[in-house]
Amino acid sequence: MNNPYEPYPVTIKEIKTETADRSLKTFTFAFIHQADEAAFSYRSGQFAMLSVPRVGEIPIGIASASSEKGIVKFTVFKTGKVTTFLHNMKQGDVMGIRGPMGNGFPLEQMTKKNLLIIGGGFAFTTLRSTIITLMQPDVRDQYGTIDVVYGARNPGMLLYQDELDQWCRQPGINMHITVDETDDPDWPHHTGFVPAVAGECAPESTGNSVAIVCGPPVMIKFTRPVLADLGYGDENILMSLENRMKCGIGMCGRCNIGQELVCRDGPVFTLAYLNKTPGEF
Amino acid sequence: MIIIKKTELARAMARAQDTYILSGPVETFHGHTFRHLEPGQTPDLSYQHTLVSPKAVVFPPSDPLLTFSGNDWTGPDLAGLPPQAAVGIRPYDAKALHLLKYNFDTPEYKDPFFLSRFENLTLVGLAENQPDPANFSTSCGTGPFDETGLDMLLVDLGDALAGKILTDKGEAFARAAGLVPIPAEKKTAVASTIAELKTRAEKSMTSPREFGSLDPVSTLDLYEQADWEALAFGCINCNTCTFVCPTCWCFDIQDEARGQKGVRLKLWDSCMSALYSAHASGHNPRQQGWQRFRNRFMHKLKYFADKYGAGPMCVGCGRCIRLCPAGIDIRTIHQALSRLEAVT
Repeated sequence: MNNPYEPYPVTIKEIKTETADRSLKTFTFAFIHQADEAAFSYRSGQFAMLSVPRVGEIPIGIASASSEKGIVKFTVFKTGKVTTFLHNMKQGDVMGIRGPMGNGFPLEQMTKKNLLIIGGGFAFTTLRSTIITLMQPDVRDQYGTIDVVYGARNPGMLLYQDELDQWCRQPGINMHITVDETDDPDWPHHTGFVPAVAGECAPESTGNSVAIVCGPPVMIKFTRPVLADLGYGDENILMSLENRMKCGIGMCGRCNIGQELVCRDGPVFTLAYLNKTPGEF
Repeated sequence: MIIIKKTELARAMARAQDTYILSGPVETFHGHTFRHLEPGQTPDLSYQHTLVSPKAVVFPPSDPLLTFSGNDWTGPDLAGLPPQAAVGIRPYDAKALHLLKYNFDTPEYKDPFFLSRFENLTLVGLAENQPDPANFSTSCGTGPFDETGLDMLLVDLGDALAGKILTDKGEAFARAAGLVPIPAEKKTAVASTIAELKTRAEKSMTSPREFGSLDPVSTLDLYEQADWEALAFGCINCNTCTFVCPTCWCFDIQDEARGQKGVRLKLWDSCMSALYSAHASGHNPRQQGWQRFRNRFMHKLKYFADKYGAGPMCVGCGRCIRLCPAGIDIRTIHQALSRLEAVT
């Protein structure tokens, strides 16, 4: 019997500070054993437990895409005991990864559809994985238009700034970047909350469109009516939720929404499905 | 069927301990508890109920998942565990272990810590001749003499115990304990005595007629329409109900370390605690005590029943009723939810 609580050992290959306040860092890990890398087969929208020996574990969305061979990336917000310890670790340090967990985005069911991707804050981390996956040359042609609305509190809090610049210039993807506020008079993107910017910039549903939403609960709450106004049916709105998790395999009980467990049955649900469950997210 | 004189019980248990690790009811300063029996220790089968349930036999309150030494870690070796036997477990508690299995044995994941113990466990039950007033197990698909889920059922006949062997595991335990079948001609008389005791015990119980099935009401109707704040009035979210419950399985995972050495533990947790569902961001979908109360009772009476089709996540042991400092009674909550059913 496999032990689902036992992590794979990994080394920290690279650490990149993402934000001006240094609260978010992206960690690139390499598996120590090749067999573990093969076993850790994942899709965008899934998450994993980052396991710091003698300190604890935390669930974090996978930021890399499976097309990025040999590594796996996680962007981590420094907020508690484990994340603070992790932020102080160095390149070459050994730790663990347990997963992959959850269902991820069913991208293969969305081929030939127009995609609207909406993200806020550091929840954008799993959407990076999705965008990288979708922008692969052999994948991009399988989809219609791709629009991305991404917001952060201020310009310094935007993640993956080099890649954002690149995606803004790249054909095949329409980027709509926004910040809640900025003092920069030359700020080239939007100012305002994500739901409002989505209402202004996101394309209306053609009836063949799917929206993928990932962000804090308050952003999800205010984005729902905007998507309804744009004509997205609840069946075509995918939400990635962030309930508290400990085991990641549906056994510890804490991430339930009704009888569903976010870690095992989610974190991705259609809004139509969530409408039938207690709104505990 | 076997008969064992109570004066011979200690010797039989000592023989069984050559093969099995035993657990059973033991009297403590605070009342009876169900725990591991030391060599030579005999289970106290005169008990009525244990304060905390015997779920620790398969799901210990603190269970090491990994041991750390520097940056290396190893899991415990779960293969080759010696066989265990829970002697004197009440039938409702045995059923509870089977309900726990729904959580720990899923198509996607298997919890090796629970399953290695569960599969290795022989359940030697003890019928309850005089059920506790809070016991309503007959309403939950089990009862004081229920045999399902057991490998052997012992019945107290006064000076002796009768034992019905129910499975191959039960047969093996009887052999290991040196218990020999009674002659065929005596079987009918013993079976008749057991049937009488069973009828008397079940008649003495004041169980609600209906419990568990809330099928006609949708989850959202129960969740939104019941007056949960009123139902939860008095609840101080002390967690007692969850920790004494034989079917509650919530757990936390925590690391404990001293220097370079450490251990990762799976620890009992409670959905009644505010931190249980609080996000790292501070957002908490069940911020208020009554919301956590609602989640607990919805899980017990609706979510579990709907998900697994195995009835409520309750075996009617009555521990939460006896020990709740606010006098909250799961039967009353069920009754209130059933009234909602009648209205809708």
